[in-house]
Parts: sequence; C-alpha cells; structure tokens
Amino acid sequence: MNLTLKIWRQSGSSDKGRMVTYRVEDVSPDMSFLEMLDVLNERLILEGDDPVAFDHDCREGICGMCGMVINGVAHGEQRATTTCQLHMRHFEDGAVITIEPWRAAPFPVIKDLVVDRSSFDRIIQAGGFVSVPAGSAPDAHAVPVPKEDADAAFDAATCIGCGACVAACPNGSASLFTAAKITHLGLLPQGQPERDSRARAMVEQMDAEGFGGCTNTGECTAVCPKGIPFDTIARMNADYLRSASK
Amino acid sequence: MKFRRRQQQEPVAPSPSPSPSSSVSLPVSPPRPGTYRTGEPIRDTKAPSGPVEDRWDTRRFQAKLVNPANKRKLTVIVVGTGLAGGSAAATLGELGYKVKSFCYQDSPRRAHSIAAQGGINAAKNYRGDGDSVYRLFYDTVKGGDFRARESNVYRLAQVSVNIIDQAVAQGVPFAREYGGLLDTRSFGGAQVSRTFYARGQTGQQLLLGAYQALERQIAAGTVEMHTRHEMLEIVVSGGRARGVVVRDMVTGEIETHLADAVVLATGGYGNVFFLSTNAKGCNTTAIWRAHKKGAYFGNPCFTQIHPTCIPVSGDYQSKLTLMSESLRNDGRVWVPLRKGDGRAPADIPEDERDYYLERIYPAFGNLVPRDIASRAAKNVCDEGRGVGPGGLGVYLDFADAIARLGRDAVEKKYGNLFEMYERITGENPYEVPMRIYPAVHYTMGGLWVDYDLQSTIPGLFVIGEANFSDHGANRLGASALMQGLADGYFVLPTTIGDYLAGAGAFGPVEEDDVAEARKAVQDRIDRLLSVNGTRTADSYHRELGRIMWDYCGMERTEESLRKALERIPELREEFWNNVKVPGDAEGLNQALERAGRVADFFELAELMCVDALHRTESCGGHFRAESQDADGEALRDDENFAYVAAWEWTPDGPVLHKEELDYEYVKMTQRSYK
Ligand SMILES: Cc1cc2nc3c(=O)[nH]c(=O)nc-3n(C[C@H](O)[C@H](O)[C@H](O)COP(=O)(O)OP(=O)(O)OC[C@H]3O[C@@H](n4cnc5c(N)ncnc54)[C@H](O)[C@@H]3O)c2cc1C
Ligand code: SF4
Ligand code: FES
Repeated sequence: MNLTLKIWRQSGSSDKGRMVTYRVEDVSPDMSFLEMLDVLNERLILEGDDPVAFDHDCREGICGMCGMVINGVAHGEQRATTTCQLHMRHFEDGAVITIEPWRAAPFPVIKDLVVDRSSFDRIIQAGGFVSVPAGSAPDAHAVPVPKEDADAAFDAATCIGCGACVAACPNGSASLFTAAKITHLGLLPQGQPERDSRARAMVEQMDAEGFGGCTNTGECTAVCPKGIPFDTIARMNADYLRSASK
Repeated sequence: MKFRRRQQQEPVAPSPSPSPSSSVSLPVSPPRPGTYRTGEPIRDTKAPSGPVEDRWDTRRFQAKLVNPANKRKLTVIVVGTGLAGGSAAATLGELGYKVKSFCYQDSPRRAHSIAAQGGINAAKNYRGDGDSVYRLFYDTVKGGDFRARESNVYRLAQVSVNIIDQAVAQGVPFAREYGGLLDTRSFGGAQVSRTFYARGQTGQQLLLGAYQALERQIAAGTVEMHTRHEMLEIVVSGGRARGVVVRDMVTGEIETHLADAVVLATGGYGNVFFLSTNAKGCNTTAIWRAHKKGAYFGNPCFTQIHPTCIPVSGDYQSKLTLMSESLRNDGRVWVPLRKGDGRAPADIPEDERDYYLERIYPAFGNLVPRDIASRAAKNVCDEGRGVGPGGLGVYLDFADAIARLGRDAVEKKYGNLFEMYERITGENPYEVPMRIYPAVHYTMGGLWVDYDLQSTIPGLFVIGEANFSDHGANRLGASALMQGLADGYFVLPTTIGDYLAGAGAFGPVEEDDVAEARKAVQDRIDRLLSVNGTRTADSYHRELGRIMWDYCGMERTEESLRKALERIPELREEFWNNVKVPGDAEGLNQALERAGRVADFFELAELMCVDALHRTESCGGHFRAESQDADGEALRDDENFAYVAAWEWTPDGPVLHKEELDYEYVKMTQRSYK
C-alpha cells in the first residue's frame, strides 16, 4: 500500500512546530504502525533528513511508552489498542494519515511526537503506594481478599500510564489515570490505612500539575487502551470528599 | 580479590586471519578469531560453608552493618528500574542510603520487566502439594542443567516466600480463589503448583509494586531519580567502582555521578540477535562497558530460546511477540508429514500430519521444556516441513481442544492471547491453527558475581537478568521475576552493607579517572557522528542478528561458530567505517542512542561465539550439534565443563577463568523427558 503521512515536526520545546507531509510506498499490511514509521525513518536517515522522534519500547501494548494522536484519535481509531499494537491492514491503500503528539499543557513536547509525562510520576509520588518497607510484610495469607475485590482492583491496576486519557479529554484532565490508582489500592485491605490521605494528596497533585477538571465527557475511557472503567472517577471523587470531610 | 593470568595459548583457532586496518581506533579484537587464553581459576569466596540451608543466615550474621547515621552519608547508584533495580533502589532508600537511580525510559515504571506475563515462583506450599524450599531449589538446579551454584539457588528458594508477602502487602493484585486466598498455577519443569500470577500481566503488577515503593522514596527524598538518562561508562578509581558517566537523552549533556558503590540492574542482552521478545531498548551497553573496565562476564553464550512466539512476517519486522507457554497445555503442535506441502492446514488429513512432540516425547508430549520444544521445531523446519512464510513456523492447533471443551471454555482460558495473535497476524486462531516459531527470550549469561552479588570490580554489584547467577544453562519459567525481586528486595540490601561498612577507607575519586571515563564517552559519540557513511545502525544490527541467529542460535557447531567469528569482526569494521548517524549530540537523538548500543552488541557477539565455541558440550539452552546422544538429545560433559566460564576482557583477547561447580546436594544426572 502507498500512504501519505502528515506528521507533526517540532525540533524542541522552544520550536513552534508544524505538519510535514511524507509519502511512504510499498507498505505491507502486516506491518505494525511503528514498523511503518521505522521504514520512513530509515529512509530519512539515508536521505540526510532528521528522522521522526517517537517514544516506544515494549511494542506489545504493556509499557505505556508509545502514544500518538492518529487521525485525531489518541492511539488511533481501533479500540482498546495502543499505537504499537495497531497494524497497517486497518488502513486503506492511498490513505492520508495525520500523526500528532499528545497535546496537553502538563505534557510539554520534547521533540516531534515525544512528550514529557513526568507529571504522572509526581501524582504517584503524592500517594500512589502502600507504605510497607521491604521485609516488614506479614504472611501473604494473613488477610484473605474477596475475589471480586481482587479482580476489580486488578482491572483498575492494569493502567499503563500512557496518557491517552489526558490527550483525549477536552479539559486535559488526568482523572482516569489518577482514579485508576486510587481505585486499585482503595479496593484492597492493604490500601485502607492510607486511603483518605492518598486520595487527597493525589487529587491535589493532579491539580497542581495543571491538569483540567473532569466534566464527564467520557472521552478518556473511549481511547483508554486498557479499558479502565469510567466509574473509577466517581470512586475517586467519593474518596476525596470523604477525606475532605474529615 | 586478586587474579593473576597465566599466559597460555589455547590451540582452538584454525589459521591466523589478519584484522583489517582502519582509520578509526577500533575496539581491539583478538588476533585470531576464537582465540583465548586461560587464566587462574576463580572462586566465590563469599558463600559460607556448612549446611546449605544455613548459609544465608550465616552470611547475614557475618555481614558488617552500617550504622544509620553513616548510611545518610553514603551514596549508592542504581542503574535500571526493572524488578531488580526498582526494588533495590526503593529498599536502599528505605534503609537510609542516599540513592541515585537511572533508567533510559521516561518513567521507571516502563522497564522491560513490565512485559512478563506468566507468573512468579515461590515455595509457599499453600496447596500442600509437597512443595518446599528444598524442592524449588532442586528443580531450579536441575532445570539449569547443573550449571548454577547450589548456595545461590538455595538462597533464592528461601527468599522466594518473602517476595510474595512483600508484594501482597504492597497491593499487588494476584489472582485469588473464591475463599480469598491466593491462586497458583503449574509451570514447565515442575510437578507442583507454585506459580503466583496476576492474569497474563504478572510482571506489570509486580513492577508497579516496586515502582510505587520507589516513588514513595523519591517523595521522601532518599532517592534521586534520573529518567531518560543512559549510562555509558562506569568510573573506576582506586580499584573500586565509584560512579557512572551518563548521557541526558533530552539535552544531550554528558554528566558524571559519583558514589560509594554502583549497582547495575540493566537487564538482559537478548537484543544482540536483533529480533527477540525483549523491548526495543534492551541493551548490553551498561554491562559491556563494565566488562571492559574489569568485570568478568559469566557464561555469555547461555541464551534461552522460547518455543512459542509469533513467527517473523517480513523484512521490516522489528521485534517478536511471545505467546504464553500455557498454550501448550491445550494446543497440539504439528507440521505436515510431507516436505514442502503447500496445502492449507484444513486440507491436510490427520494421517498426513506429524504431531512430532507427541511422537518423539510420548511422556511429556507438547509440554517438554523450552529448549527441547524449540530445537524440535527447528529440526522439522530444517527438514523443509515448516509452514508459513519462508517455512519458518509450526502449527499450534486448538481444533481438538475446541471440540473437547467447547469454544467458550477455550476462549475463557486463552481469549486474550488469541486476540493478541489475531491483532498481529490477522488470522483467527479459533478457525486456523496458530503458527509459532522459537525466538530469543532471555539471557542466562551476564556479569559474573559472587554470593554477595559483587562483580570482580570491588563496589560494582550486579543484580537481576544482568548478572549470570542462579539459572545455570537454562532458566525455568517464572523464575526470572523471582530472582530479580530476591536480589533487589532482600539480598543486595544486606550484602552491599558489608561492603559499604568499609567506605571510610575508600578515599577520594581521582580526577583523572573521571576525565578518562568522560573522554571515552565523548570520543565514541564523536566518532559515531563523524563516520557519515551509507548504512543505518539498524541495518547493521539486523545483519549482526542474522549472523548470531544462524550461527550461534538454537544449534551451534564448531563450523558455524567459526563462520560467525570471521563475519562479526568484518561487519563491525564496516560498521565503524560506513554507519550513518544523523544529527548531532545535542538534544534528543534516537539514532545516536541506537548506534551506540549496536556498537556494543558487536563486541559482545564475538565473546558469545568464543564462549560457545570453547564449550564443546551441550547443556541447557546451549546445544552443540557435536555433543548429542544417539537420540539427538543434548549431551553434557560434566568431567570437562562443570564450571562457570568467567571471561576477562584484555586488549589482546579474552581470558577464561573457570569457577568449578560442586554439587553436594543435587546429584548430577542427564535430563530425560521421554
Ligand atoms: C515477553 C517476556 C515475558 C516474560 N515472562 C516472564 C514470566 O512470566 N516470568 C518470569 O519469571 N520471567 C519472565 N520474563 C523474564 C523477565 O521478565 C526478565 O528477565 C526480568 O523482568 C528482568 O528484570 P531486570 O530488573 O533484571 O531488568 P529489566 O526489567 O530489563 O530492566 C532494565 C532496566 O535497566 C535500564 N537500563 C538498561 N540499560 C541502561 C543503560 N545503559 N542506562 C540506563 N539504564 C539502563 C532500563 O531503563 C530498565 O529500567 C519474561 C521476559 C519477556 C521478554
Ligand atoms: S487510564 Fe488508560 S489511557 Fe489513561 S494512562 Fe491509564 S491506560 Fe493510558
Ligand atoms: S511500546 Fe510499549 S505500550 Fe506501546
């Protein structure tokens, strides 16, 4: 297949950036989206051009490193799929594809499609943990956990921290990401002692980073590659209110 | 520790081949391909003697302690934030040390450990099915084909139970049963159910546990985190590891960080093959640079090839994806009986199919260990009976399972894997058999360490997949996560204290030593950028990978290894004269990062081939075609090879130091799965 790519190029944080058009030919439908970009980059290098910078690592949908807005949708149109899991067979021959970075103030562009997501780490630092130093843990069977709770906690814990939820949200909110962690730990007995302080500190950090508020548009879950449930946000709000009322 | 070298030339090289001249000063290769010298034997002097079950207690008691006030004054650098490095940095921070942590990703949470699927072993015996610390120890020594140390493996099995406790307390959502207790599953090489798991994402959940503990310490101010920083050199001063030189991948700045001890937790080097199940950024740079500064490299040729991966689909292929081993519980592996049979699988009648694993290994059938399943697949493909593009694939067929259990039951068990397969191949495995092929997955080799996890450079500790310890010549499934966390949460934090207790006598770091390390980094970067040739680093990496796969892969022969040892230096030479790295060293330059990693893979590849050539026996994942029994099974040579090969780097070629292995508890036997 032959494609036209319109890719966001930005040399650094101080550059204004612009869309640049590239033609790629002989793309195999079995290629992954990132392999298609690899081919383009190999060519750009040999032609003496600057290859397109993009983040990636595992290339199997679990590390959360990759992420681009493809044709206006974070991670592309295929649901529950990270950019690296997207394959070219889902595109039409001759298609024009636009590729842009996550756009949100708390995710400044470093170069081209690479953004700085360290704000997510700082939200976790604020309270996304259970305080248990190595060696101090009781036997794992000391506290049984109901299977439903363990399963629901797991569902929330599968968040890969990619940031698509923020990129998709008209308000640039990080609520789904933050709520996923609050829900994961808040559903488990081990997470109870710090449940209130965790919710408060994480929500406050999220605001301090400049992420917007949640107005229930649901765009986040629509693009979330891990299908983090929307009702985690209600849970986060409840925990936050509870902590504030104490 | 002091090691003297005995100058003795081993007569393994056929004829001298002059190394081509070049304008850039190249990493020096041995005068003749495959040549090495044998030096003094090496020993682990840290493991206490006495009953194996008491050794870790004894060592912990003997280890010197650092008082809390002094810990605050001691700096430890931890490179890597996977299960090993993340858990180590967090724990050292909790203990009160000043920790500096580094990773090349944008967040510590993205280390390659995140991708582990199947589970983690622990001798909890929650099922009461006869498991014990001793049994896990026994299975691991045997699974490693008797090339690992008993003392280390016993400790690993002991500590395994604490890992599960720690993880549960952190909120790791392991699978549970209806009664609320932890569920377990069985894994290859074991007859008990001791593998704890979190659906198909055990690595992710364990890593997030370690990551959260790490972030907690970052918030507490004990750990200083440096993401998007690549370590390119270690600083050795006064004979001790005292720091690292790193490149800030965003600004391009070269930085020096000094410390009282350095810990490498930088993962495995499977990407030397270009195609592997590892993440794209996995590299050998950190351990290779340490090797060239004096850290011995243990068993570099021990590589694990996983039998069930999605086959290569084209030249553009950038990585390979693992399909969980658990599929072999219900899938049946087969190829057409006839060579070059081009029919669709559904058109091939039962009696024209060869279910070769069931045929050759009636006792274990489709569930033989990884190394055996991989080699059998290669053999049938070599015979011309492989399926799919290039004939490099075998079928993994679920038709019988679907008929027996129903589609719903199969979907419940394997739905997510089937979906992953369909996403990548575009084929529906409920209707067409999956195609699978072996792929490089894990490296048992790594930097040599003693019982304290200290390398031959004092003050340089190596943990996780980056070291060579514990798995011998073959790692059992679900044991890498166990080892990484054992090292990071429990072993290193104790043993490093013994070393740091003497920090008062370390003295200042010599400026010349820092300048030398920084210059080495700068020179390499300048050189890579100045070649301005006609091929990309990736294209060289692909070609190197192809050589390694063909000649130093699943099956190795003297002839193939010699071929590799001729080709690799030639290609490396070409690389340094013809690679094209665009841009400059200021700011983000991913092509430059890649080129630096490829340059190191070239040197490592050569050492792997030397090691594989010298070990004329077959053991675990290392199969030398010359050493097989009448049935074509791997034949160990315990009389001559029951040792760890610890390689020293010198400007005129590698020097082999042998660490003899003694087996006091587990009797050495030939493995059989028939
Ligand atoms: C697909 C897959 C599935 C697996 N499944 C299982 C399983 O089910 N059970 C099991 O036990 N094992 C499994 N394994 C093996 C296991 O995941 C790994 O062996 C283990 O996670 C390695 O952990 P680590 O901490 O040693 O290194 P890694 O997790 O690889 O971490 C390496 C760290 O080092 C950093 N780093 C590397 N080089 C540099 C440098 N030069 N400068 C700075 N930082 C650097 C990286 O940023 C990263 O933080 C699997 C492996 C794969 C590939
Ligand atoms: S909630 Fe979903 S979209 Fe947001 S960071 Fe997590 S995985 Fe990505
Ligand atoms: S590269 Fe890891 S999730 Fe895409």
